[in-house]
Amino acid sequence: MRLLSARLSARRRHPLAGLVVLLLGLGIAGGLYATVAPKPAEANAAQQELVADGRKLFLVGCASCHGKNAEGIMNASGSQQGPPLIGVGAAAVDFQVSTGRMPMAQTGAQAPRKDPLYTDEQTEALAAFVASLGPGPAIPAAEDYDYEDATEEEIVRGGELWRTNCTACHNFNASGGALPDGKYAPSLVGVDAKHMYEAMQIGPQQMPVFSDNVMTPEDKRNVIAYVKHLEQQDQPNPGGFALGSLGPVSEGLFGWIVGIGGLVIVTVWITGHGARVKK
Amino acid sequence: MSQQSKINAPKSVSGPVTWLDDRTGLANLANKKFLRKVFPDHWSFMLGEIALWSFVILLLTGVFLTFWFKPSMAEVEYHGSYELLRGLHMSDAYSSTLDISFDVRAGLLMRQVHHWAAILFIAAMMVHMLRILFTGAFRKPREINYVIGSLLLMLGILEGFAGYSLPDDLLSGTGLRIAEGLIRSVPVVGTYTSFFAFGGEFPGDDMIPRLYMLHILLIPGLLIALVTAHLVLLYYHKHTQWPGPGRTNRNVVGEPFLPIYTAKAGGFFFIIFGVTSLMGALLQINPVWKYGPYNPSEVTAGSQPDWYMGIAEGLLRIMPGWETEVFGYTLSWNVLLPGVVAPGVLFTIALLYPFIEQWITGDKREHHLLQRPRNAPSRTAFIVSLMTVYGLLWFAGGNDIIALKFDLDLNWITRFMRVLIFIGPPIAFIITKRICLGLQRADRERALHGFETGIIMRAPSGEYTERHAPLSSTETWKLVSHEQYDRPELEPAVDENGVANPASRRSRLRSKVWAFWYDDDVTNVSREELEEAHSHTDGHHRAEGTEVEGADEPSELEPKH
Amino acid sequence: MSDHEIEVHDGQAGRPMDNPGLEKHHPRPTDVDPQMEKRAERQVATLFGLATLLTLGFCVAYFAVPLDASFLGWQANNLALGLTIGLALLFIGMGLIHWSRTLMNDHDIAEDRHPIASTPAARESSLAALSEGGSDSGIGRRPMIRNSLLGALGVLGLPAIVALRDLGTMPAGRPSRTVWEKGMRVVNDVTGAPIKVSDIEIGQLINAEPDVLVENEEDDPDGEENLEGHDLLNAKGKAAVIVVRIDPAKINARKARQNWGIDGVLCYSKICTHVGCPISLYEQTTHHLLCPCHQSTFDLAKDGEVIFGPAARALPQLPLAVDDEGYLIAQRDFEEPVGPSFWERGGEEDRSA
Repeated sequence: MRLLSARLSARRRHPLAGLVVLLLGLGIAGGLYATVAPKPAEANAAQQELVADGRKLFLVGCASCHGKNAEGIMNASGSQQGPPLIGVGAAAVDFQVSTGRMPMAQTGAQAPRKDPLYTDEQTEALAAFVASLGPGPAIPAAEDYDYEDATEEEIVRGGELWRTNCTACHNFNASGGALPDGKYAPSLVGVDAKHMYEAMQIGPQQMPVFSDNVMTPEDKRNVIAYVKHLEQQDQPNPGGFALGSLGPVSEGLFGWIVGIGGLVIVTVWITGHGARVKK
Repeated sequence: MSQQSKINAPKSVSGPVTWLDDRTGLANLANKKFLRKVFPDHWSFMLGEIALWSFVILLLTGVFLTFWFKPSMAEVEYHGSYELLRGLHMSDAYSSTLDISFDVRAGLLMRQVHHWAAILFIAAMMVHMLRILFTGAFRKPREINYVIGSLLLMLGILEGFAGYSLPDDLLSGTGLRIAEGLIRSVPVVGTYTSFFAFGGEFPGDDMIPRLYMLHILLIPGLLIALVTAHLVLLYYHKHTQWPGPGRTNRNVVGEPFLPIYTAKAGGFFFIIFGVTSLMGALLQINPVWKYGPYNPSEVTAGSQPDWYMGIAEGLLRIMPGWETEVFGYTLSWNVLLPGVVAPGVLFTIALLYPFIEQWITGDKREHHLLQRPRNAPSRTAFIVSLMTVYGLLWFAGGNDIIALKFDLDLNWITRFMRVLIFIGPPIAFIITKRICLGLQRADRERALHGFETGIIMRAPSGEYTERHAPLSSTETWKLVSHEQYDRPELEPAVDENGVANPASRRSRLRSKVWAFWYDDDVTNVSREELEEAHSHTDGHHRAEGTEVEGADEPSELEPKH
Repeated sequence: MSDHEIEVHDGQAGRPMDNPGLEKHHPRPTDVDPQMEKRAERQVATLFGLATLLTLGFCVAYFAVPLDASFLGWQANNLALGLTIGLALLFIGMGLIHWSRTLMNDHDIAEDRHPIASTPAARESSLAALSEGGSDSGIGRRPMIRNSLLGALGVLGLPAIVALRDLGTMPAGRPSRTVWEKGMRVVNDVTGAPIKVSDIEIGQLINAEPDVLVENEEDDPDGEENLEGHDLLNAKGKAAVIVVRIDPAKINARKARQNWGIDGVLCYSKICTHVGCPISLYEQTTHHLLCPCHQSTFDLAKDGEVIFGPAARALPQLPLAVDDEGYLIAQRDFEEPVGPSFWERGGEEDRSA
């Protein structure tokens, strides 16, 4: 203890000591302020700041395809370089950016999921900016997609909705499926509940919209609960390795390779003549 | 009975045998010839056994499953152990399948073993059939057994499809829906047949009980009868054998049924049962609980049949959308051709092949020695081209999974397949035939000039040559013992009375087909060529015999005297 | 064939060399080395012993491992039972084969073949028996009896077909109709909630059903009973629909169909015209609909026309209207049969309406 204080006191004249004290003080003051300050007025100001930050990020990272005012850009051949983003809402930005789909690394049939390029704060700022351009779905609140305490009945209901609306593209086990012309419905295994919720709301890329009036927030939450339980139940694959959960194609492949392949090796052993003694 | 004492059999054996024979006279049948029947050893002769034993496993596990499965489409509410479906309305068939999987101990294992064994059963029948075709084992006197085998394959596929449909999950219902579409496409009687099969409109509530009867009674009954006939004929004909030293068309060389093949075949049964059980323990198959109960307004990506229906699936996928109206009636070629006609044509070609080949060669003799695939180049190439069709259709049937897993364009796979299905088989035919002819030529070289020792010799003149050493007579025999056909003689255009001979045109056609089939074959070495070559290499051999013997060549290639 | 012919074809005649005869038998290590022999014996017995233990393990696992226990997310019971019995069976098989390969007498035996055909004498005697039986019965001399018997037996095939008649009901035009009728509400599948045009966004997909097929809170507005059991499934198999909303500027519908949608809200049959899979892979940006079974692709902005794949006919469209409360209803049933083609389906003319 003595040693520590001795050291501290020895360093109090260090050139950076002042800065450390300053930062510490600011941090404590800011933390205190944040807890006691009246929220709405502050929020408004912070919101404006956020929008401004978002705008800056947008001009740097997004405007080349979506236009300076997010009005969309047509390229020379008349097809869309980037679609207009006015009215797509914060949910769309949050979905596209925080799953790494935007910004796209290259143009292609479909933007693939990858590591996000922007931090959470930057994504929030971008979303705030795009949301300020026109009304659209907001980022869902955590309780909207909180599937943890869904009842069994709700999960079963979610399963029915899932099989009716989702499996045709995403496959029974959420393993994904192919779409025309090189596009695909991605696998939903390990996807955040929030992103699933947003995807249903906004209909990203080829995916159709499942608006709140038709598929209610409870319905959406039930679907998410079903998909999450598919992978999180005690026995997600009671029968063993799931072989990709792609249906009979992969099963047939394993039957031929492991089954017939393995047994043919056995036939060679059974009928082989083995070592001989030569005289 | 008094003779018994002459044979050195323990009392524990002779006692029951005497007792049984006194009452049945079975010893007349199960005599030494029967019990010590000789089977030749080759791995490819065991392929049919995989099918046989898979079938036995199917019967055993199938009986277990019938104790709990309820073949009924009556609606029930599910209250079993699988939480994600609890409270849903579903058919009794689906609900009892869930019970087997989650509430009956060893139920899931039996289901999975049953399904894996079914996949193996049909796959093994198919590779067995390919072995028969590639080696010419279908030739006289085995044509009937070939036909029986083909029927077994067809019945096995039907049996598999019926089983796939029984659990009444989303996938099996989708399969039935497609089957209904295929039935409907048949002109004139299609709609009626569909209504009779399903007891009215699709899906109705009759289909599962009916398929169940087919699956556990009618088709297995036929399968058992045909398998029995297949085995009886196999026993009666005795197994074919590869050409080799001491093997002729009039004997069969190998090991006796008792005890060697009893142990080998019996052991193989246990191994196959063990492998399918391990697959059932480790590899999940047909997780019906994830598909959900059948509902005609639901579907899943990756809706495919089991592999053996894959070619029909592939054909359906690559067929262009053709349909014609004839006098107000609809003919949907887009379903009829791929779903009904094409599988029938493929199957008929395979079924008739032995008879077609017999017509080309005009060979009516018995054959018990197999042909190496290279020594029947056109046949081998033809089978490979059929396999190419089959493989391409498999690929087309899984186009969505392939597109997804390999980042390919679904539509382009389909377009590509539409072309490849026509140009692929001829290319495969040509390539395979060239490979066979190349191998024949290499065989001929080896027979005449021996094997390459890898020893480079330098002559005094400075010339480098590789020394060839002669093959053993055993090895040479394997290379040269095959038989080749002569071109059939043409019938005269007019008979002896000067009247046009109707047989003449047929014989000319036959001669042309013969030429296409056999003309390119590399002529086997003649006795003179062989003798001349041997006198040459033997001289060589004598001169440097000791050195060659000293070279580290596998000694079984040495002549054995 | 006669003995003579098989003699000619003994696999030797005309060959470039003589058959060298059976190879000498070489003994195995276990034949000459008693230690190796003992070892092989022990190996076989060990395999059988392990199999016994594993089989007993199966019986223990059956009672000891509960069905709801999981291992790596698998059913532990299935795994334990499968591994024990699988390995037990495998070891029995391996033991038997190892025994036969190492310890049983492995000398090759050559067994003679005989021609498959009977001897000419046997063949003649059976032919003689046949003709004796024939002449004893007089079947050749009495064509009237023969022909009438053949007739009677031939007709027996008919009951076998006729008696199958009650397998199913007659089609009676049912494949051409669905439960849709004028004024029936289009409701959400599963939830049964009715749909307002204003609820649907551009790019939306709704998997929908006729009101009578789904239970919902405000059931039976026109006093109709909901269908149940297989009646429900039969009806669903034809009446399932999808509702989409496409930017009206992008819709390129035939003139006769221009009042079938409402502000870009269109309703199509969900049953593929190829072989009847439910199709709902909807791509909102291209407004294409893909069938997951065989990849027929339909353009919903152009009357459901086929643009790719094996389907031959456009997807039938359901004409929509709005009821007093603002909910989507059907104007009438589909104007053509839904689902796969069939012989009696009829020609193009009934599509022209």
